[in-house]
Amino acid sequence: MSLFEQNFSVFLQGFGHTLLASIFALVGSLILGTIFAIMQVTNSRTARSIGNIYVQVFRNIPLLIITLFFYLAVAKVIKMTGFTAGTIALTLYTSAFIAESVRAGILSIEAGQMEGARANGLTFGQAMRVIILPQAFKVAIPSLGNQFINLVKNSSILAFVGGLDLMYQGNIVAANSFDTFTTYIIIGLFYLVITLPLSYYIQHLEHKLKKNA
Amino acid sequence: MEKAKKRRFGLIATIILALAIVLGLFWAQQTVAHNAKHQDTLTRVKKSGKIVWGTKADTKLFGLMDTKTGQSEGFDVDMAKAVTKQIGKQIGEKLTPSFVTVSTASKIQLLKNTNIDGVFGVMTITPERAKIVDFSQPYFPAGQSLLVKKDSGIKSVNDLNDPSKTVLVVVGTTAAQNIKKFAPKAKTIALQDYASAMQALKAGQGQAISTDNAILYGLATENPDYQVVGGTLTNGPYGAAFDHDQKPMVDQVNQAINTMKKNGVYNQLIKKWFGQVPGLDWHDLEVHE
Repeated sequence: MSLFEQNFSVFLQGFGHTLLASIFALVGSLILGTIFAIMQVTNSRTARSIGNIYVQVFRNIPLLIITLFFYLAVAKVIKMTGFTAGTIALTLYTSAFIAESVRAGILSIEAGQMEGARANGLTFGQAMRVIILPQAFKVAIPSLGNQFINLVKNSSILAFVGGLDLMYQGNIVAANSFDTFTTYIIIGLFYLVITLPLSYYIQHLEHKLKKNA
Repeated sequence: MEKAKKRRFGLIATIILALAIVLGLFWAQQTVAHNAKHQDTLTRVKKSGKIVWGTKADTKLFGLMDTKTGQSEGFDVDMAKAVTKQIGKQIGEKLTPSFVTVSTASKIQLLKNTNIDGVFGVMTITPERAKIVDFSQPYFPAGQSLLVKKDSGIKSVNDLNDPSKTVLVVVGTTAAQNIKKFAPKAKTIALQDYASAMQALKAGQGQAISTDNAILYGLATENPDYQVVGGTLTNGPYGAAFDHDQKPMVDQVNQAINTMKKNGVYNQLIKKWFGQVPGLDWHDLEVHE
């Protein structure tokens, strides 16, 4: 416990960075993922293949490699810190998985709904926004929840590029105090502070939407 | 399922999960307690006929993985081999060395868990560390220094003492703690290992790497655009590390190192590894007794 008290400000700083990176990446990957999911279900062959290539590239490369690419290669052209590089990589990586979840949601809606919407004079964009996506998200929520929780835990990738997050601070505290065991237990509990409420919120959302249906 | 059944299922599942967690914690505590119990390293070594050494795999000149053989090679590795052989002679038993790759962050925990018997891993002897582990006598005279790009204009640590400068260090090294004393205004970023630190320096994520001169010479050998500057900021010799309270083992190792320094084996190893380093006179490292 004295380890916790002595390093409280350090842990808190790490917690703040992890929370911030998670929020940025969550919002960013949800927007990007939805865009690429829609691209994959349009009639345009170009849009479909761009969406497909994007998803395959970022889904099939380890997150660490994407992170190091931004930290070591892209940073030579555009200056960015480890925090920025890690958050961007996390956003792109997660967005590929979210695109797949959302796409699955869209595909679960009968084709007739889109046809009907179009027959009634809605544009593709309007039909997506008003008719298809609200239903698709309802279906996709359990799987989106998984992605969000993974995202929070994956944010520990920032530690590898000096991103000042929880894992980074934990590594330093562990190395300085020589008490690896206790330090990582404390770090684990801090992650739970983010992931458990997130899990419950997703569950709650699921129930609520089920009732409305 | 009807409601009552569902509820009963939920209740049983919760109880089983809770039990599993409690038992798991209990088991973990037992294991930790068992590991904390004093185990005599020398006795263990005699029994198994081998010494398991932790060495680095990412540190040129001291312990660097040869990708062809999969074995680490360097001064630390050769020292460990020679010390093992010498201890074998001292106790009159045939001992073989075996090697486990350790990271800067993991080496002490591995020692504590008795996964390894000793560490030859570019480890600076410090009073804080000496409370946790036992050190042998110094086997290499190292000191903290700086590696910078040749055209950077940085000549000493004073040039780095500025909020616009970032110094790259490696997690768990003494340099990571010391640099704040020498350049309190500079930002520091701790990376996982020396290879990442070097890559980050090349990518412009920092203006200098600060760690032991011995390691920086290795990095400079591989990257001719970079040079070691500013002399040594600290005097921090390396020692082999063992679990706490392992006097019999440490005595054997100290005796072995003494013998090697006297019979010339030590100087041979110094020449083998540091004879070709640019900007370093290996004769300074030789021991004459």
